[in-house]
Amino acid sequence: MASDLNKQNDFVSWKELEEGCKIYGGGGSKNFNTGEWRVDCPVWLADKCKQCLICTPVCPDSSIPVVDGKRTDFDYDHCKGCGICAKACPFGAIVMKGAED
Amino acid sequence: MSIRERLSGNEAVSIAIRQINPDVFPAFPITPSTEIPQYFSSYVANGLVDTIFIPVESEHSSMSAAIGAEAAGARSLTATSSCGLAFMWEELYIAASDRLPLALALVCRALSGPININCDHSDAMGARDAGWIQIFAEDNQEAYDNFVQAYRIAEHPSVRLPIMVCQDGFITSHAVQNIELLEDDKVKNFVGQYEPEHYMLKKSEPMAVGAYGTPAFYMEAKKAQLTALQNAKQVALDVAKEFAAISGREYGLFEEYKTEDADFIMVIIGSAAGTAKDAVDALREKGVKAGVLKIRLFRPFPAEEIAAAIKNAKVVACMDRTESFNGHNGPLGADVRTALFDVEKAPKVLNYVYGLGGRDVTVESLTSVFEDMQTVAETGELGETYRYLSVRE
Repeated sequence: MASDLNKQNDFVSWKELEEGCKIYGGGGSKNFNTGEWRVDCPVWLADKCKQCLICTPVCPDSSIPVVDGKRTDFDYDHCKGCGICAKACPFGAIVMKGAED
Repeated sequence: MSIRERLSGNEAVSIAIRQINPDVFPAFPITPSTEIPQYFSSYVANGLVDTIFIPVESEHSSMSAAIGAEAAGARSLTATSSCGLAFMWEELYIAASDRLPLALALVCRALSGPININCDHSDAMGARDAGWIQIFAEDNQEAYDNFVQAYRIAEHPSVRLPIMVCQDGFITSHAVQNIELLEDDKVKNFVGQYEPEHYMLKKSEPMAVGAYGTPAFYMEAKKAQLTALQNAKQVALDVAKEFAAISGREYGLFEEYKTEDADFIMVIIGSAAGTAKDAVDALREKGVKAGVLKIRLFRPFPAEEIAAAIKNAKVVACMDRTESFNGHNGPLGADVRTALFDVEKAPKVLNYVYGLGGRDVTVESLTSVFEDMQTVAETGELGETYRYLSVRE
């Protein structure tokens, strides 16, 4: 049995809240929009990208989706803007856009 | 046939644990609870149980390991006293808010300082707001019986909260008294196998325990936790009824000793209740209508039931074996007085601090409390309501 995360939301009553705030079923973090925490934002410059895929494994939030062996644009719902990918990219194909830029 | 023995409170509790054969027992020694894991480790070494016994490096760790084991799906417990309980502080709240029905054998001892290893209730009373079920024993028999009933209360689906099974350090834990034990199979059948619906090692159902509760969820979580704790009252009564059927020994939320027609009632917790009963017997012979209400379940606090039991008394004395430093009353005094607040013509309430750090509690000293109650009734003057018993002026 997996927790129905659509019901475990800001409107849930204490009677319907999962006991002890436990969450059943895997992969629930997909539904948690950590992208809201982001201040600095990575921008992918596709024309500079060589598809070396160094950025993908260094992302702590699995926010660089790979489709058919090629990276695609960022998953901004979950990217927290840590900037590790931009540091790791050897080709300058990821730039961080700050809140002040 | 039950088994007649003579045992200390610590040995009686460790035998109850052996009979229950729990899954995981992380332990760190501290006086006067040390004997519980000590006896139990010999049962482990002798192959009498298949419990995983983990000697850990602190009480912070013993409670953490018990929480981890319980979340994983095991029936777990630990034992401690005094500063050991204080060192578990953070984890006590986690065990309760994560709704993990583990058990803690607490052997009550004073908290430092001045450093002291003897009995009082300052450890247990300090933890009274942690969300645990707290159940107290007068003697070794009750400590054993309470432990046998503990998991049945804690694990009940309407409760699922940790339970603290408390006995008085040295007075109960080390004094050897007669006791009636139940047969191993009777205890095993009574307690049953622990089969949680959800647990972290369940392959088919990954789960998260201890998730962050944002302001949008925190109050709902606490309300749900409170409701579960309140449910423990009825469950404790139901379990006690079943326990009476196998043991012949009856338990309620509290014990009423000659309270029915009593003008003067002492409300007390733990081993000193026996001393109080002795005082009552002598006073009754002199025609004084004295009685004792001994708390068994302290959390949740059976306020309405206690109020109903003592409301016809003239004067009530609440005995706190701790100093809570609010300057007005102790925890038991506050709870009882609040319980009586909405009662019409409520009895007058005195609150005593007694027996701190192992200070001897005698029939004479408790008799003096009943005499104080009589004076209040005769003169109509309450005087100082927060008093120290047996303190040198």
